[in-house]
Amino acid sequence: MNAWLRQHRQIFTQTLVRMAGNPFATVLNVTVIGVALALPLGGYLLLQNLGSVTSQVSRTPEVSLFLAPDAGKADIAALEARLKLTAGVQTVRFISRDQALEDLKRSESMADIVAALQVNPLPDAFVLETRGGAVELDKLQAELRTLPKIAHVQVDSAWVKKLQAVLALGRTAVAILAIVLAFGLVAVTFNTIRLQILTQKEEIELSKLIGATDAFIRRPFFYLGLVQGTLGGLAALAMDYVCMRILNLSILELARLYGSDYRLGFLRPLDCLALLAFAGMLGWLGAYMSVSRHLSAIEPK
Amino acid sequence: MISFSQVRKSYRGGHEALRDLSFNIDDGELVFITGRSGAGKSTLLKLIPAIERPTGGTVLVNGQNIGSMRRPAIPYLRRNLGLVFQDQKLLYDRSVFDNVMLPLAVTGHLHKDAVRRARAALDKVGLLPREKANPITLSGGEQQRLCIARAVVNRPSILLADEPTASLDSASAAEVVEMFRAFNQVGVTVLIATHDEALVERLHPRVLELMQGRLVQ
Repeated sequence: MNAWLRQHRQIFTQTLVRMAGNPFATVLNVTVIGVALALPLGGYLLLQNLGSVTSQVSRTPEVSLFLAPDAGKADIAALEARLKLTAGVQTVRFISRDQALEDLKRSESMADIVAALQVNPLPDAFVLETRGGAVELDKLQAELRTLPKIAHVQVDSAWVKKLQAVLALGRTAVAILAIVLAFGLVAVTFNTIRLQILTQKEEIELSKLIGATDAFIRRPFFYLGLVQGTLGGLAALAMDYVCMRILNLSILELARLYGSDYRLGFLRPLDCLALLAFAGMLGWLGAYMSVSRHLSAIEPK
Repeated sequence: MISFSQVRKSYRGGHEALRDLSFNIDDGELVFITGRSGAGKSTLLKLIPAIERPTGGTVLVNGQNIGSMRRPAIPYLRRNLGLVFQDQKLLYDRSVFDNVMLPLAVTGHLHKDAVRRARAALDKVGLLPREKANPITLSGGEQQRLCIARAVVNRPSILLADEPTASLDSASAAEVVEMFRAFNQVGVTVLIATHDEALVERLHPRVLELMQGRLVQ
């Protein structure tokens, strides 16, 4: 066990020394892998951030019904009963004009304006939570418009649903991109290892002749794939982090204009680790495939 | 112990390198295998570490049957053999010392122990002062001695050398042969394939002479 660990440690350091000894090729390979990972990762980050914006807004679209000023108590009761029976309506909440004014007073930026008002200009309103997609919502909106004593129908967060549909599409696109580029990563490693095997052909042949097991010969190449993949993952994280910081400079400016301190968030540390592990694993896989294919061809004669 | 009985080796294309070869070599023997180029000397030597497998007959090395040996067992067979190759197979991307370290890395020796053994092996062949040099800077005789150091560093019980003096002047050749004799005297079985008649005459060893793949009696 001890000897086994020692051999692994030895080969690990040997791998690092070998990579450091060929810095140009190493940097090139790591960059290629890094870019291949940075693209889907960047896409994922953008979508993640957009998703978190929209999740701050209510997920189920709300419809506000503003009543005509002349709607009386009886009209309101009749409407409420009618709304509760309407298909696509989940909950019905009545907000009286007095209550609406109170709410407005509580909001800091509006308090002064409200205090200056002589009379309450707000109408009575219903807030409906709906179910169904964007199409159903359009239909519901049309139906609600035909009801009596309704002054205005406002769909509050329909855009959220539409955006989420777009986001879902984006996620699929990123997933496809990730899969394609993961293949690319494996291919890059496959080729690097192939070249490395060719340059070490003599050493491999000799090692076989002096009693090296296949495992012993394969091990350094697995490590090379693993280390290269992991370094590529690190490069991807670094690239995306820098891009995010640059974007945040302009986003902060924009957000300030809207009185928000919104900024793009990065991956959580655990997700970063997962990405590194994933990149390392893909590198290992590429090395495994390359070694299986190319090592058996080197047989001493 | 090395034992050949009715060994045949034919290559694809029908060329018969060895035909009906039978002999025994006891532990601690020094044996020369002679014959002209193409007589089958190299093929014979390649059968012992299972670089080639016999087409017919039985090759036994330390009681193990080479013909039926499974692939995963071969490395362990080879660790008990010291090989000096005709084309040397030195690695020029590392020092003399690191060339000798390779067999010890393969067997997984402790680094401290390996360094000690490598130095001892280099000392035996007189190359310790050149341990940091690149093998390419060594003379022909020194390179051959380095090959011997690499072959013996794992203390094999059998040493096989294919034409170890082929490219050397007579003084260097004598040195190299003297080394093989020294290893033989401490109990190592030594097999040397050579076409160097002078060498054979000087040493009077046991000789297996091959001609067209057969033993000449």
